[in-house]
Amino acid sequence: MTIADLKRGQRGIIKTFENDNVPLKLLEMGCLPGNEVELVQIAPFKDPLYLNINGSHLAIRRDTAMQIEIEVVK
Amino acid sequence: MPKQINVALIGNPNTGKTSVFNHLTGLNQQVGNYPGITVEKKEGICKLPRGLKAHIIDLPGTYSLNASSLDENLVIELLLNKNDKDYPDVAVVVSDVENLKRNLLLFTQIKDLGIPTILAVNMADRMERKGISLEIELLEKRLKTKIALVSARKKTGIENLKELITQYGTISTEPCVNSSSIDPTYFDRLRKAFPNQSLYKLWLVITQDVNFGNLNRNKIEHTNGFSPKKKSDLKRLQQKETIVRYQFINGILKEAMTVDVNAAKDLRSRLDRILTHKIWGYVIFFSIMLLIFQAIYDWSSYPMDFIDNTFASLSEWIKTSLPPGVFTNLISEGIIPGLGGIVIFIPQIAFLFFFISLLEESGYMSRVVFLMDRIMRRFGLSGKSVVPLVSGTACAIPAVMATRNIEDWKERLITILVVPFTTCSARLPVYLIIIALVIPDERFLGVFNLQGITLMLLYLLGFGMSVFSAWILNKILKIKSKTYFVIEMPDYKLPMLKNVGINVVEKTKSFVFGAGKIILAISIILWVLASYGPTDDFDNAEEIVTERYGENLAPKDFENQVASVKLENSYIGLMGKGIEPIVQPLGYDWKIGIAIVSSFAAREVFVGTLATIYSVGSGEEKTIKNRMAAEVNPILGGPLFNFASGISLLLFYAFAMQCMSTLAIVKKETNSWKWPILQLVIMTGIAYVAALAAFQFLK
Repeated sequence: MTIADLKRGQRGIIKTFENDNVPLKLLEMGCLPGNEVELVQIAPFKDPLYLNINGSHLAIRRDTAMQIEIEVVK
Repeated sequence: MPKQINVALIGNPNTGKTSVFNHLTGLNQQVGNYPGITVEKKEGICKLPRGLKAHIIDLPGTYSLNASSLDENLVIELLLNKNDKDYPDVAVVVSDVENLKRNLLLFTQIKDLGIPTILAVNMADRMERKGISLEIELLEKRLKTKIALVSARKKTGIENLKELITQYGTISTEPCVNSSSIDPTYFDRLRKAFPNQSLYKLWLVITQDVNFGNLNRNKIEHTNGFSPKKKSDLKRLQQKETIVRYQFINGILKEAMTVDVNAAKDLRSRLDRILTHKIWGYVIFFSIMLLIFQAIYDWSSYPMDFIDNTFASLSEWIKTSLPPGVFTNLISEGIIPGLGGIVIFIPQIAFLFFFISLLEESGYMSRVVFLMDRIMRRFGLSGKSVVPLVSGTACAIPAVMATRNIEDWKERLITILVVPFTTCSARLPVYLIIIALVIPDERFLGVFNLQGITLMLLYLLGFGMSVFSAWILNKILKIKSKTYFVIEMPDYKLPMLKNVGINVVEKTKSFVFGAGKIILAISIILWVLASYGPTDDFDNAEEIVTERYGENLAPKDFENQVASVKLENSYIGLMGKGIEPIVQPLGYDWKIGIAIVSSFAAREVFVGTLATIYSVGSGEEKTIKNRMAAEVNPILGGPLFNFASGISLLLFYAFAMQCMSTLAIVKKETNSWKWPILQLVIMTGIAYVAALAAFQFLK
């Protein structure tokens, strides 16, 4: 399961990701394994995705979100 | 101790770094470009305690020293190059208290460069409301620095920050994080090969591929006894470095910062729920755009009329009060109208940047980008292209300047190239008079006015053409660009008027002094071309008119006829005749040819030029219109302005690149003549083909 599979308001813990496909910038903005991610909002046409990662609010495109594996927090 | 020290302000975007800069320097600042690139360079002077002065550079916002854009590259190049005249004696990292964790990543990197680094924690006034408390002393000890709590909004802590800057000599230059722990053997080899260099600097030179002094990546990697790593391995190491830094930061913040998670944070979520809603989001966005459009279009018409009249009477005044002669004419007909042509754009530019700064300062702009990105991406544009495209309906000049927000160079370039297709306000007078001539004033289905529909279609055509050409350019242009998109969604804030004001002044100044010079030069050239002619007919215009009409003309009519004969025989008039064979297939005569030639300075000149040629002095549209309606096509017979030639003209003006000012600003923003020249040739080519097809098909 990846960030792209989250529903609005749902949370997950970042597991791992395909290293080479995820921009370093995303890591620097707090998107690191072990951090919690919440899907705040989905833009119309389902792209981009508005996330809250450990207090850092950012939007990424769906194809990037599909690279980031998570485990859903119930 | 030197009398003036260099201070670099560094920080993530949206931390209020520029507000801190504005407080430190006041209006004592200047904005320029870094040599050779179009990244803005902001610097200023700040008076410090005890007679010391600081030269402050506001570096472009960046999340880390791993550069992914031109702006960020610049930060690294400055910080690595000790020989740069701007190399900082002390760095101030401005951070936002709510995003301290992320902000500290950059801080630890700067600190590791061995530059004395002060941490300024901005927005300290929001701490209580957000339930955040910090143990400053502990933080200072762990981060080996001095911390200033500031609030640019409440204007607190700035004096303390200045005091810390004067004491920069006492700040430890010891690094926080041991970056070599990410791969000890690799860094060990690096140390052995370059015993005199800082390891972290070497690491940055390798990973960022920047040059400084005599060191560069190639040289390092080809040193004896040093085996370079593959790109993907390096990237993995960079990721590891980021993780190590975050571990360090998390460790410190666990002790030194507490956050009450129940503190109010629902303003953001409540606003976001409406502003990024899949229906309301668009409704609100389009309403805001409508308001801005109205403001730029309607409100600025008052100051623009005022400017227009002022410059006209100034010309008149100079003409009557200075002794007549070439010099007086040059001033009153060349230079003054030329200056007027620059000043008249100021209201639109100022209004546009006023609203854009408001949207940016408030945090709303990121929501627009979020809403529009998917749609714009289909055409090779970015969510960030929306604002320039919409503001292009007022004027392409501020719109081209507004593209500076787009970080991705390819998306920005495409936006700059297609913006001039949108229907700017200078096209409107041309459209109005031609529509009045060739489209019947009738109702369609009893409701819609045909003339109104035509005007609306022309606006849609402009938008359609810019989106369509963006799509084509996206396929053609081979520019390597970032394939990903990350945008921070900052918290909503009340805009600070001081920042908005400074931004408006800076942007307007940069237009007046940048593009203004070129506009002035072109208007003087046009004046010369219209005021001189190579033949005797030009000099003997008075006699020719007397011969043609006798002595009985009223003085006003006589002057108009003379002006008309002079224009016909001036250089620009001869150019009009010269291009007649080219414009004939489009259904025009040489008079329209002249109007088109002079329109290349600015479209709105079209109506004025025709007015002069058809000897209508007063500029009342009705009379121009009647005269135009009476013109006969010299070859085909019948009225010159009929449906076919009218549509052909409308299409020509819709597509042609006829604005020197836009070309000047595109040259300035792209730093090359290549793009404005391509724009001129291709747009005008499209215009010609479209006009030709329309006339030949409809005639």
